[in-house]
Amino acid sequence: MTESEKIEVLVCLGTGCESAKSDLLYDKLAEQVKKKKLGDKVEITRIGCHGLCQQAPVIAIEPEGLFYCQVGDDDIAEIVTSHFIKGEPVERLYYESPEGERIPHYKDIPFYSKQHRVVLKNSGHIDPGSIDDYLAVGGYKGLERALKEMSPEEVVDEVLNSGLRGRGGAGFPAGLKWKLGRNAPGHKKYAICNADEGDPGAFMDGSILVADPHSVLEGLSICAYAIGADEAYVYVRHEYPAAVASLKKALKDSYEREFWGESILGSKFSLQIHLMEGAGAFVCGEETALMASIEGRRGMPRPRPPFPTESGLWGKPTVINNVKSLANASVILREGWEWFKSIGTEGSPGTAIFSLTGKVRNTGLVEVPMGATLRNIIFDVGGGVKEDRTFKAVQTGGPAGGCLPAEKLDLPVDFDSLREAGAIMGSGGMIVMDETTCMVDVARYFLSFTQQESCGKCTPCRMGTLQMLRILDKIREGRGEDGDIEKLLELCDTVVNGSLCGLGQNAPNPVLTTIEYFRDEYEAHVKDNTCPAMVCKELVKFVIDPEKCTACGACKRICPTGAAQGKKDVIHHIQQDLCIKCGACYEVCPPKADAVMKIPAHSELAREIGGAK
Amino acid sequence: MSLGLIPNPFMTSESRRESMAEQSAVELQHEVIPRLQEIQEKFGYIPQEAVEWLSSQLKVSSQEIYGVATFYNHFRFNPPGKHEIRVCLGTACHVGGGEKILDTLSERLGIQPGETTADERYSLERVACVGACALAPAVLLDDEVHGRMTQRSLKRLLDKVDRADKKAAKGSDE
Ligand SMILES: Cc1cc2nc3c(=O)[nH]c(=O)nc-3n(C[C@H](O)[C@H](O)[C@H](O)COP(=O)(O)O)c2cc1C
Ligand code: FES
Repeated sequence: MTESEKIEVLVCLGTGCESAKSDLLYDKLAEQVKKKKLGDKVEITRIGCHGLCQQAPVIAIEPEGLFYCQVGDDDIAEIVTSHFIKGEPVERLYYESPEGERIPHYKDIPFYSKQHRVVLKNSGHIDPGSIDDYLAVGGYKGLERALKEMSPEEVVDEVLNSGLRGRGGAGFPAGLKWKLGRNAPGHKKYAICNADEGDPGAFMDGSILVADPHSVLEGLSICAYAIGADEAYVYVRHEYPAAVASLKKALKDSYEREFWGESILGSKFSLQIHLMEGAGAFVCGEETALMASIEGRRGMPRPRPPFPTESGLWGKPTVINNVKSLANASVILREGWEWFKSIGTEGSPGTAIFSLTGKVRNTGLVEVPMGATLRNIIFDVGGGVKEDRTFKAVQTGGPAGGCLPAEKLDLPVDFDSLREAGAIMGSGGMIVMDETTCMVDVARYFLSFTQQESCGKCTPCRMGTLQMLRILDKIREGRGEDGDIEKLLELCDTVVNGSLCGLGQNAPNPVLTTIEYFRDEYEAHVKDNTCPAMVCKELVKFVIDPEKCTACGACKRICPTGAAQGKKDVIHHIQQDLCIKCGACYEVCPPKADAVMKIPAHSELAREIGGAK
Repeated sequence: MSLGLIPNPFMTSESRRESMAEQSAVELQHEVIPRLQEIQEKFGYIPQEAVEWLSSQLKVSSQEIYGVATFYNHFRFNPPGKHEIRVCLGTACHVGGGEKILDTLSERLGIQPGETTADERYSLERVACVGACALAPAVLLDDEVHGRMTQRSLKRLLDKVDRADKKAAKGSDE
């Protein structure tokens, strides 16, 4: 290996890898490299989310593009001596395919090779803390082109021609929004980046802000130039401390290089960017609520019109865009609208970004062209359902979205097709569910979320969701009655049609889709008092099979309530009135004994052994 | 007056004062949430005295400040325990069994979410997604994310904290 071919070690510090202690790996690597005096041969860089979170913590080695998975503390010494010193990569850390094959390069892993990365192109490949890294891959070229070669109107037209639709959920054409903002009368205007990422179970926007913050800030500056705003806000979710830190650093660096501030890049255009942290209210992702929050008030939505482009922040014309919309705008200005339009579908150009989670083999960040099918995403990229279980449903769009069944797997993913099927594109959460997921429980989960987050301003949302929640609780607890499902559908209708903002208007979607596609599961709860997925607490029981119990005491040691009882050499049992159904005994019972069983609470078996002392 | 967290580079302190006088009410209202965040950062919660102080500083009534503060989940009004445990109940974590983790914690600590134990050692909260969805279910212990939680790893985690605390207490006794 020659001097010029420095080994670049990229350590992922995305939230997934960080929770798998990748920061310690980084320190340890740095220490070893220093100790072995490899400083001029090996360079260690922190990166944001590389994508394949399932294999956390991951390390990529460039320029070869090697990929180490689930790297442990004790693997570091071997990587350093074997790979960096002897030049022999540690093959046992390569990605292992379900067929047991080791794949050395990430570009050959289906999870990556089946993606098309536009917005995520830099994520996991550049140091997010280095503005020079971003510049080296063409960063801020889009802004430069806009400021030096184009009038604001031309920038608006470029985005209009690209067909970019907002990635915050609703898919409103970004160019049109910018045009409305541009044409709105008045000197004072604002541009806002919506980085509130409220969907509980999605992490795309946060990951982009950690992995490639400048791409978003560049888009924000371009937007401000196009509409004629001299002030901009980034409203970022407080629960993402890493994103907040990344943004602060990026704002400082880009200000120093004159990508915002006075007379940007020597032009006449000046822009002041502010950062504001949210305070944990889901509804503040809604644009009018978000602006109320910036103004320092309770984050309550207000009826539209007037739309923010006429009267937004402090009553001034305001354009608000999602993180991904703005990152796309940077790429469009850099590469041109024709290029962008060539990706994706006619009605939804570009790519779709999802955080793929739940019962899928490869969880992580995924970007595919619009029009790819759900099957492409879940099975080709995601590798199918975990532990070879059966696919049951996929949920998109967060609390405003819906659950689609296996019959819909060949649905192309774009704004219009998903809405037609009852789900929505949303901001990019995609959660895969298998036979161990209860659809009534999922519907109730989302509804309890929206019910709690309802700001309370309008009655259909405030009271309607509460009534729906009560019925769902009844069904979940096995107290459901005939007619409850119909009553739910009726309430859905009222809440959809009567609510003031998108929160209420979409809150019934998870209930509507689960009833439409999984009505039999509701009926099993209501009519047979059973939860087919064995999830609903009141409908299951944990019992110990006396024939199989070896009295090892594992269940007794972990049980938090003292319900699992027994002595040395005496068969254990579960005292049902103490059991909170946490499932700890079920988890720890050794596979060779396999004595703890989860059974339907109202079954014959439950009556037989359930109560036995 | 600086807006948000990045100081406004355009404004000298002179012009800042002028503009404050000009649109003070609007500007001061805008400061409410960032200032509350600073207070919580410092004390771990929002003490009543701090609200009164803030009210006098920003010329916004304490009722108004409480009105804003209580709207947002982030603000708390009682002191947190020595260790803050937050259980993620985002979608991925819910589907992955986060609820059961919360039940176990609630049982073991003898408190409900939002409460602090009598010995002030632990407080328990729920959060909606911390971004580690790919490694669900996730638990935050003193701001450190622990992914792929199981009943077993949860017990281990708590036992470890208990042991460390006991050792520290013993050390300070001697
Ligand atoms: C209840 C509710 C929550 C929302 N949460 C978010 C969010 O977290 N992030 C986001 O970008 N947009 C969110 N939106 C959509 C915004 O109101 C707005 O449409 C979006 O920021 C516009 O950006 P875009 O045109 O780039 O998509 C939410 C809407 C509603 C009704
Ligand atoms: S759902 Fe728990 S971390 Fe996202």
